[in-house]
Amino acid sequence: MIRNRLAGLGPPIVVGVAGLGLWEGVVWGFGIRKFLLPKPSSIIGRLSENWPILRHAGWETGRIALSGLVVGIVAGIVLALVTTRFRTLNEGLTPLAVAVNATPIVALAPIFNAWFGITGTLSNQAVVVAIVFFPVFINTARGLTEVHPDELELMRSYASSEWTILREVRIPNAMPFFANALRVVAPLSVIAAIVAEYFGGPQDRIGNVITSNVAFVRYDVAWAAIAVASALGLALFAVALLVERVSMPWRAAMGDGEYTTTPGRE
Amino acid sequence: MSGYVESEAAVVIDGVDKVFNAGSLDEVTALSGIDLTIGAGEFVSLIGPSGCGKSTLLRLIGDLLTPSTGKVTVFGKPAHGARLDQDYGMVFQHAGLFDWRRVAANIELPLELRGWSRADRAARSAEMLDLVKLPDFGGHYPRQLSGGMQQRVSIARALSFQPKLLLMDEPFGALDEMTREHMQLELLRIWRETGTTVVFVTHSIPESTFLSSRVVVLSPRPGRINSIVDVDLGERTDDTREDPAFFAKATEVREALRADEVGA
Repeated sequence: MIRNRLAGLGPPIVVGVAGLGLWEGVVWGFGIRKFLLPKPSSIIGRLSENWPILRHAGWETGRIALSGLVVGIVAGIVLALVTTRFRTLNEGLTPLAVAVNATPIVALAPIFNAWFGITGTLSNQAVVVAIVFFPVFINTARGLTEVHPDELELMRSYASSEWTILREVRIPNAMPFFANALRVVAPLSVIAAIVAEYFGGPQDRIGNVITSNVAFVRYDVAWAAIAVASALGLALFAVALLVERVSMPWRAAMGDGEYTTTPGRE
Repeated sequence: MSGYVESEAAVVIDGVDKVFNAGSLDEVTALSGIDLTIGAGEFVSLIGPSGCGKSTLLRLIGDLLTPSTGKVTVFGKPAHGARLDQDYGMVFQHAGLFDWRRVAANIELPLELRGWSRADRAARSAEMLDLVKLPDFGGHYPRQLSGGMQQRVSIARALSFQPKLLLMDEPFGALDEMTREHMQLELLRIWRETGTTVVFVTHSIPESTFLSSRVVVLSPRPGRINSIVDVDLGERTDDTREDPAFFAKATEVREALRADEVGA
């Protein structure tokens, strides 16, 4: 299975490298101006020249994204558990959460600066938490409640308490739903952190490095910062996949295909 | 309370009505005036058209629903007490195995909830896997099994704590005909080996005739017991399905079902 997985990495690597080659060729061949689109080779050059700054910026932005991610996930799970226990709360809160989730939460970033301070990192973290919280809450709550009625009757036939049903049925049932949310919010947390940084916060972060280098017409450095941000997003996405694999061995045993789009059972 | 011999009656249903949404516009009388006694060790089928309340009746026996009037007694105690004592095992049409538990762990779930030790659980699940002829599948996940195999696991789970009563709600309804006939024979074998009382809901005339010692024919809306057909075909084999006596009994059940249509 591991060999299959490694073999599966082959095509995307080939396509990725070919894409970079094409990019390089197009920029060189058509003489595209540097500020419109720098060549990958010059981006890589700036990346190594500015590595100490970019590494620091990536580390700090990564910390914001990760801490916001963790807080948002914990809050989402806790509220999902609470609403599952209290049906009326669930019925009142879930549609509201779905509605809020459909709004562009990131637009709140400047407001959060006013609430939590423009120079500190708290407002940036708050944006990440707000972005992460809703998909986690909505999906986890669905997974906790959308249990097959036969399975609930089965547990009742065992004279099980609500607590036992939660532990044995609802939580495992919710895990694929949660995993799907995690796949979405893990990379989203990096996006949220960077957008929040565009509006404020300390100046040594990815978002600010991008805006200030663009202001000084150092587009290739801005692109190098974007490359670092992409790596962060990919790293968090990889962690999400790893968590999914480790926590749900039964999905791995089944192969991935039939589960990726429809969590739970039909 | 002493109208029956306690040791011989597994289930006594006494004057039971079941009304859903009582008092509202969508009030439905699902069952009306049900009296039925099921002896210990019997295999009884409940048959009727969809909407006749046969699944409702099964759930009343299991105390998953409460009767609107009348009472249900299981092994001499109220159905509620029997549920709390976990006196019965239940099998649904949907095998209802938990994806996240391996097959053996699914079978062991009721034992785990009763606080059995790991060793005892493992011994029993191995025994149960032998009983349903899946000895090599304990380490698989349910989704790796076919529908028929999943349903066997579901039966093994229901029998794992050796209940004296097995409630089955169209357990073979989702299986193909070949698998279904095979599972019927397996179920009869298990019934003989364990001595469990079985209450079996189905809408298949041949299935009810083939399996049961008695077929309870229900009429629809409101569900009533229309007639009870005694089936005495001796030990069933695949040949029974082609036996004229079997056809005669199936015809009797069919006519009892038709009598409802004329009556309605």
